[in-house]
Amino acid sequence: MCGIVGLFLKKDELRPQLGDLLTDMLITMTDRGPDSAGIAIYGDETDGMVKITVQSDTPAEAFADLDAAVCAAIDAPVTIKVVDTHAVLTLPEAAEKAAIAALEEKGLRIMGSGASMEIYKEVGLPKDVAARFGLRDMGGSHGIGHTRMATESAVTTMGAHPFSTADDQCLVHNGSLSNHNQMRRKLAKKGVFTRSENDTEVGAAYISSRIADGASLGEALEGTIEDLDGFFTFVTGTKNGFGVVRDPIACKPAVMAETEDYVAFASEYRAFADLPGIEAARVWEPEPATVYFWER
Amino acid sequence: MTMTLEKTVLDMTATELRDVNTTLQAAAKAQANAAYEIINPRGSHAMACGLDGPLSVTIKGSTGYYCAGMNKEATVTVEGSAGPGVAENMMSGVVTIEGDASQYAGATGHGGLLNIKGNASSRCGISMKGIDIVVHGNIGHMSAFMAQKGNLVVLGDAGDALGDSLYEARLFVRGNVKSLGADCIEKEIRPEHIAILKELLEKAGADAKPEEFKRYGSARKLYNFNIDHADEY
Repeated sequence: MCGIVGLFLKKDELRPQLGDLLTDMLITMTDRGPDSAGIAIYGDETDGMVKITVQSDTPAEAFADLDAAVCAAIDAPVTIKVVDTHAVLTLPEAAEKAAIAALEEKGLRIMGSGASMEIYKEVGLPKDVAARFGLRDMGGSHGIGHTRMATESAVTTMGAHPFSTADDQCLVHNGSLSNHNQMRRKLAKKGVFTRSENDTEVGAAYISSRIADGASLGEALEGTIEDLDGFFTFVTGTKNGFGVVRDPIACKPAVMAETEDYVAFASEYRAFADLPGIEAARVWEPEPATVYFWER
Repeated sequence: MTMTLEKTVLDMTATELRDVNTTLQAAAKAQANAAYEIINPRGSHAMACGLDGPLSVTIKGSTGYYCAGMNKEATVTVEGSAGPGVAENMMSGVVTIEGDASQYAGATGHGGLLNIKGNASSRCGISMKGIDIVVHGNIGHMSAFMAQKGNLVVLGDAGDALGDSLYEARLFVRGNVKSLGADCIEKEIRPEHIAILKELLEKAGADAKPEEFKRYGSARKLYNFNIDHADEY
């Protein structure tokens, strides 16, 4: 069992409240996943720049002068924002590859990168994880979150969701994939590699690889129904929006709500209870083997 | 808790779920036919479950997993949508969902009426054992799987594999059936079925005529193992 939440704002006025609304949704889903929690938040885009989110178990040492070190390695300006065990480095888009290589060489864990996406995930109760990162104070256009009850790989930071396998793309998952090892080998043959033993990361890599091959988000999500075996309710985030797909058996729960202000996703209706205007929202259960997505 | 002449209101922003259920279960046992209204349910799990006696409960909003499970004699109305497993293993009484019901609504139900005004998703009436279920909208895939007894009436459409491995439950569908499950076949509607439908549609306040429905039931070929039917399992 795991819990998933997602919130896509249609109106800019709500953007400062995104973190607050998502945090309440995430904490409500603690019963479904008390061992780790994570969130991908899509904030302001910085023109020509990229944000790389990294994690370290020893942040004090790892993040001290990290901006200067990366700056020297890539010969370009770097700014750093340290948030507990995570740090977000902002640097010119063109230097992204070199910067990731430099960060990995320093033993830092790459959580994700993109023009607008930041990822924060850790082991612990969702309320504690949210407090450590100050999720409530984060603004943005949309975000997805996950509370984990591990089944397929160890309870570690790298095993927590969301998983990001391409710039500004991420995936959260409730369920378990049964052909992930086979798919991991298939993707590796194409030069697409994953960073963990986790089944969901393979799902994320599959979607990213399809998009890289020219598929639309909708087509990539359609592909999961054919090519991934197992149980899944997936919510995937992109720079412009988010998508939802459930496997044909659809035993993993899902509920959606839409108002003039937002589209919300959750594993259970409980997570919607504090959303503004939920009483009048259109609430429905997404159909099995059907792709839904919202983009701005 | 606010007392009114007709009903007691329980507000779930002020009262814990366990206290709400304890209060309702005691009121049901007291056989006093009391009326309760629950406000701010916030999608809570297992609301109004295990009621064992005559009681009227109205829930003003949507509920989570297993609402009105094991219901006996009580009348439970959800003025919203219900999460998975609503009225699971219901014995008698009436459970009404004004909105949609999630998966396995009415699973293993032995008796009473489950009246769903919206749609029900997958596995509606799975292994039902005597309950009557009326769905005013559509039902999802694998509904009435291994259904043993009772009536499932659907005013809309049914999803894939309706009535797979069915025993003796009667399935009535007014709209389209995407596909029938193993050993489920269409059967003739006889006068006694029209009578059953008429009564159930009236009880459920459903705007439909019995003559508009098709009946589906078991071909009874899977009752005993037969090696020639191995492909059907």
